[in-house]
Amino acid sequence: MSGPDETGAPAAGGAAQTSPPPAAPGPAQETREEHGGGVRTGRRIRQARELGILLALVLLVAVTALVNPGFLSGQSVRDLLLGATLLTILAVGQSMVLITRSVDLSVGSVMGLSAFAVGMMFVSFPGLPTPVVMAAGVLVGTVCGVVNGVLVAAARVPALVVTLGTLYMFRGIDFWWASGRQINAADMPDGFLGLSRVTLLGMPLPAVVALAVVLAAGWYLRNYRSGRELYAVGSEPAAARLVGIPVDRRVFMPFVANGSLAGLAGVLYASRFGTLDATVGTGLELEVVAAAVVGGVAIFGGSGTVYGAALGALLLSTIDAALPMLQVGSFWQQAVVGLLILVSIGLDRLLALRAARRLRGGGTRGA
Amino acid sequence: MDRHPPPAPPLLSLVGVSKSFGTVHALQDVSLELRAGEIHALCGENGAGKSTLVKTIAGVHRPDTGHVEVLGEPTALNAPADAQRAGVAVIYQEPTLFPDLSVAENIFMGRQPLARGRRIDRRAMREAADALFARLGVRLDPDRPARGLSIADQQLVEIAKAMSFDARVLVMDEPTAALSGVEVDRLFAVARSLRDNGAAVLFISHRFNEVFELCDRVTVMRDGRYISTEPVAELTVDDLVHSMVGREVATLFPKQDVAAGDTVLEVEGLGRTGVFADVGFSVRAGEIVALAGLVGAGRSEVVRAVFGVDRYETGTVRVSGRRLPPGRPSAAMVAGVALVPEDRRQQGLVMEMSIERNATLTRRWALSRLGVLRRRDEERAAAEWAERLQLKAGRLSDAVTTLSGGNQQKVVLAKWLATEPRLLIVDEPTRGIDVGTKAEVHRLLSELAGRGIAVLMVSSELPEVLGMADRVLVMHEGRIAAEIPREQATEESVMYAATGQKGRAA
Repeated sequence: MSGPDETGAPAAGGAAQTSPPPAAPGPAQETREEHGGGVRTGRRIRQARELGILLALVLLVAVTALVNPGFLSGQSVRDLLLGATLLTILAVGQSMVLITRSVDLSVGSVMGLSAFAVGMMFVSFPGLPTPVVMAAGVLVGTVCGVVNGVLVAAARVPALVVTLGTLYMFRGIDFWWASGRQINAADMPDGFLGLSRVTLLGMPLPAVVALAVVLAAGWYLRNYRSGRELYAVGSEPAAARLVGIPVDRRVFMPFVANGSLAGLAGVLYASRFGTLDATVGTGLELEVVAAAVVGGVAIFGGSGTVYGAALGALLLSTIDAALPMLQVGSFWQQAVVGLLILVSIGLDRLLALRAARRLRGGGTRGA
Repeated sequence: MDRHPPPAPPLLSLVGVSKSFGTVHALQDVSLELRAGEIHALCGENGAGKSTLVKTIAGVHRPDTGHVEVLGEPTALNAPADAQRAGVAVIYQEPTLFPDLSVAENIFMGRQPLARGRRIDRRAMREAADALFARLGVRLDPDRPARGLSIADQQLVEIAKAMSFDARVLVMDEPTAALSGVEVDRLFAVARSLRDNGAAVLFISHRFNEVFELCDRVTVMRDGRYISTEPVAELTVDDLVHSMVGREVATLFPKQDVAAGDTVLEVEGLGRTGVFADVGFSVRAGEIVALAGLVGAGRSEVVRAVFGVDRYETGTVRVSGRRLPPGRPSAAMVAGVALVPEDRRQQGLVMEMSIERNATLTRRWALSRLGVLRRRDEERAAAEWAERLQLKAGRLSDAVTTLSGGNQQKVVLAKWLATEPRLLIVDEPTRGIDVGTKAEVHRLLSELAGRGIAVLMVSSELPEVLGMADRVLVMHEGRIAAEIPREQATEESVMYAATGQKGRAA
């Protein structure tokens, strides 16, 4: 729920620690004492989750750098950040969907469709300005998101089923459109392809975009009513209805946002790799969900932050980059990712149990 | 306390409201007026329609006929948000919190105080929550998540939430069930100050002393109908109980007289922290023993523990003299115990499976040969039970969802009776079943007892308890408050024990 403050949510900066003690310890004090014992525990635990990933990340980078000092060279770090960009953007969108107790499995296909659309536009309308084409690519993703959202929120079909269907549907459209064709770097303007090489304050431009996405989404989820209502809907849909939250709209919105972000990822993919066919982004959806889950976004909704999801994406990308340098075979990479998912879910469970015990304080009321 | 002169329209009123769910008439032509500056009690047995009425006021249910008036104007409350706009705040019987969110967010969800740029002002929100808790005189950390709060603390959060609305109409559906004495006093103080500021409070409670202490008028409901509204000052507890239950025990119950045989079930000192304590009783062959009490008294929990679905910490359960290992339903089944659960849709049936499959589910091993379950054997076994229970179904291969509630219940019964149990535990056997089928289920239970099966029945319906049971065990707040033999069991004696009125139970 609460983002780590260093990631930039100034509104809350340390307020938890400085808030005044609750007023008026009345005669009911003794009955409450045991519950008051767990004061602030919840907040600390939730922060611990994101710190844990950060720690794992630092550890991994440190070990890899010791073995292979080249890992921390400027170019290597830039490559790493660039590599993490797509996964991070997708993980942010996926987190918003997961928080409302849905899931979007179609992101890989949406990204692929958007990337191919960008390529086709450059091929078919060479005169179009690059920004227009990029906006169109995002729009393709948005439309896909609207399709998902309408099916889930209005037709009330479970998100797992809807997005499994659209996963194949969007991919099918992509195949039909491409019909075996491949678009190459030569078909696209140099200005567009060069975007990945532009740096801002030493960071590749796409990574800056990803960072902006993370911060904006995190800021929104934390500080706006509609953002908080996404958590409410995911935490307990029935209760959300009772307090008058427009549940359907809150379920719909993240799908659209996620579609747009998948569209953006498609645009960035096209710019970075320059070679596009109908298979772009195949199988990416599970990696995206994995990043969010490793980052502490609960698969059953209601908790987690996009900061955590972004850290999860960064961690998975770093593992991909680091294991070859550590001479670990590619066969083991997937096993390591799997282990990481199990460890992080196990850790969540453990933390939740400990928190529950502490928060409950052992005080059950008399029968 | 000053009464407004009659011309002032009531803050909120229900006019001739009816509401049905399928064949069950939850509300029939109910009218109710909530005036400014009064605390209005709503009394009735379990199932009298109080919660449906609350949900109608809250905008959760839309009335089938009749309408809601706010300040004398007919107003459609189609959604909880409409009711909130009309100034209605509701404290539900079951807390409705977001476990993942902080206490302060739970209170202010959708109405968080805003700072510049429509940003949520967390500091203001926390301070407002602290102020609410100070008014209630409790210490709760607004920043902690709602997950892990005790039931009482959850209820306090609900109360704080309702207070934060500055509502003109506050509805409290059994808010005190989980609270301690001090907390109840604080809540009452808050309710009185709301009333003195011109709000109307609708207060639902099974505790008569609270009704008499706090309320100005009381409306009684029974079987979904409006019975009466009277000033509390002109009533006694006896009057109130009488109008709540006042009807003849229906002749709906074909109870056979059976000479009780050997003791089948013996429960001693059963306890689980915070749920039930020191529960001891026995059931003999051929006997129907009812476990009565209010919702939340711990009845279902006790029978679930007896069957081994739930754990228990102290005590023993013996069936025919042999001790059952705790927490092992399979052992209970082997010992001849069958449990027909309260919620048949979720726990008793596999809704999408066919009737015959459901009916033979407990005997799938006995019916199979060499591990293969043959369809023909299933069909024959199911057809036999369908006939014995007079099941009204199209085809036995249809999904269970196609059946009415009463016939679904028969399938559950068939499933368990097929195991030839010595002890049959039924939890709310006729909930949500139409009157005709109810009588059939009762006939069936009575017949089973006649054949020497020990029956333990959890029921919230007093007529059913009185009509069917040889003995009535009344639970109150996790303990057995009274054991009343059939001859002495009356609606009054059971209600007194169930509401914890000491010394008046028979």
